[in-house]
Amino acid sequence: MTALIALIRKDLILFLADRRALLLNLVMPILLGAFFGFVTGGKDTKDAAKIEIAVISQDNHVISQKIVKGLKDEPTLLVKELQLEEAKALVLKGKLNMAVLIPEKFGEHAGGALFGSKEKPELAIFYDPSQTAVLAMVKGMLTQQVMQSVSAEMFNGKSGSNFVDQTLQDLEKVDKNNKEAGELHDFLGSLKKFQLSQQTAKGAGAASASATAENANAGNANAGLSMPFVTRDQAMTAGDPTANKYNGYAHSFAGMSVQFILFMAIDAGIGVLMARRLGLWNRLLAAPVGLNTVLIARALSCALIACFLMCLIFLVAVLVFKVHIAGSLPGFIAVVISFSLMTASFGLLIAAFGKTPEAARGISVFATLIMVMLSGAWMPSFMFPQWLQTATLAVPTRWAVDGLDAMTWRGLGLDAALPAVGVQLAFAAVFGVIALWRFRKN
Amino acid sequence: MTSALLDVQHLTKAYAARKVVDDVSFSVMRGQTLGLLGPNGAGKSTTVSMICGLLQPDQGKVLLDGQTMGAGNNAVKFKIGLVPQDLALYEDLSARENLKLFGALYGLSGSKLQQRCDAVLDLVNLLDRAGDKPSTFSGGMKRRLNIAAALLHDPELLILDEPTVGVDPQSRNAIFDSLDVLKSQGRTLIYTSHYMEEVERLADHIVIIDHGKVIANETPADLYRRLPAKAALKLDLLTAIAEVDVAALSILPGVDSVHMSDQGKHLDVALTEHEVAVSLLNWLAKAGYKTGHFATAKTNLEAVFLTLTGRSLRD
Repeated sequence: MTALIALIRKDLILFLADRRALLLNLVMPILLGAFFGFVTGGKDTKDAAKIEIAVISQDNHVISQKIVKGLKDEPTLLVKELQLEEAKALVLKGKLNMAVLIPEKFGEHAGGALFGSKEKPELAIFYDPSQTAVLAMVKGMLTQQVMQSVSAEMFNGKSGSNFVDQTLQDLEKVDKNNKEAGELHDFLGSLKKFQLSQQTAKGAGAASASATAENANAGNANAGLSMPFVTRDQAMTAGDPTANKYNGYAHSFAGMSVQFILFMAIDAGIGVLMARRLGLWNRLLAAPVGLNTVLIARALSCALIACFLMCLIFLVAVLVFKVHIAGSLPGFIAVVISFSLMTASFGLLIAAFGKTPEAARGISVFATLIMVMLSGAWMPSFMFPQWLQTATLAVPTRWAVDGLDAMTWRGLGLDAALPAVGVQLAFAAVFGVIALWRFRKN
Repeated sequence: MTSALLDVQHLTKAYAARKVVDDVSFSVMRGQTLGLLGPNGAGKSTTVSMICGLLQPDQGKVLLDGQTMGAGNNAVKFKIGLVPQDLALYEDLSARENLKLFGALYGLSGSKLQQRCDAVLDLVNLLDRAGDKPSTFSGGMKRRLNIAAALLHDPELLILDEPTVGVDPQSRNAIFDSLDVLKSQGRTLIYTSHYMEEVERLADHIVIIDHGKVIANETPADLYRRLPAKAALKLDLLTAIAEVDVAALSILPGVDSVHMSDQGKHLDVALTEHEVAVSLLNWLAKAGYKTGHFATAKTNLEAVFLTLTGRSLRD
């Protein structure tokens, strides 16, 4: 036991003495976790990145003005009103996602086109071809704004009333036997009655107009066609959804801590190879302690350092970035411990199979980056093809990140941590047995 | 009668088809210093690794104080202190921290460990640098600390595997001073080297290994007795010597052999007695040869190795 403690103590002293390693393993994951957390939404949705678009409005019609205002009110859009050439240049440079051109007389023509009596006006969209997903999103929002603005004006607005009057006069001159013209005349006649009744109601209610009337109008008088449904968006976290809000930093800190702690394990493995090269390994094995004791000490010290780093990184995440361990605290601790043990045995595996420190470092850094990428730490795993999502279940880091997510922002209980803990312990055992076999063979 | 502390019996080790240690056997008596001599790659370090239990022999065994060295036999390892050929020290731990670690591996702790650290640091004259890191030490100081780390648990047998590689003469003398103290304390030592003068200075008994085989296993006196010549004379002549005179020189009393080089202007003469050199120089003067630089030397282990193998130790 004296030897085991002495070996572990030695590793801890050497780790703390290496300032560069400390910097890499502690400060870097915090910095990168903060950065990725910020760009993916931070701790509040208001921090989320917005889609930047330009609107070039060449039309002063009330419909066009309403469309621009509606787009500006969209919380996910950042709308700039620019000149056409300037907007196109910014899209070309990638500084804007897209630009929407509302041409002259768009409002007037769109109103007529609603009833099929005029040609449909065109909205030109200039977009960045690398942002096709954004194109679909913005087109959806644009459709909603155009339909609401045009229909509201046609059913309730002055230009709509003028349009109906003019069209009814035109229809009076058409042959009485034209069935379609007769049906349109009847429809517009009914619409005219509706417009008159709305104007009467407006006049009567003007004196008692209030904020509540405005709300009512939103659904009645001033609204034209609107979406026939509303959505109720609720972020799915366990427990109280108002308390357990999603925090982008929780996921990014999980991913970055896993990545840099695995780098630390690489250093631990390389340390064994260096000890061999320097003759230290022979000196340790010449002592009456045995190979098992030396390897167990190395694994335990590596696991302790991994635990220490993970706890410190998440302490910063909690204190500075308001990450909550909203799930089970024992579950979180279990995930951290199992990940630390998996990390330690991963380090032993590198030491067991590495021929030289230089060669081992190259291949193990590559393997680590692949594992971290497949864990979903860099990009959400739902962006992977289905087969790859299934394949990543065989990657221990995927379970580590999922386990940490479950215990932090997902707010799940201890039972949700158990699969991640079990799989990581299984990986730790497999790595450890293979490493021990290889050491003994050597 | 002193008994054997270490008994190495028919050790054999091969990598692939190449035997690096081939049926090596020797014994080391208590209190004895054994010199293990051989050129680089002769199999000395492999033999040492098997003695220390770092390598399993393909054949043969190592008995230490009657107990077999083998995997898991930690009781035997307690009796050995190994000074590896490499500087096996943690550069970022202080000298004392290094010693505390290696002492703990042998079960030492507390005040006993502290006492032993002080004792071995004092022995190698590093007590005043105990708190410094080896990274700040000279090569010789590191070598001395390397030796100190092997002495912490007070082993019965100290094995030094080429402990003076890369050190300056002054540091080498400091190491020898420490080893002389250990010898005077009756410690049993195995000293491996390819420097004949080091082995000559320290060893009571010499084992010479070449190509993995033991080619000599004797006391230094017995080894010298194998040599027909006891001294050598090297001299330069201002004029080339005639072959007929070389033949005449060879049959002079006390002359073992004459080797001519540099077109007859340089002679290597092996002598059975050191004093013969004077009469040989007189003979050359009478024969009309003027001599330039000349030097005599006592025959050493280099010559022994040359006699045994036909090659120089450093070939």
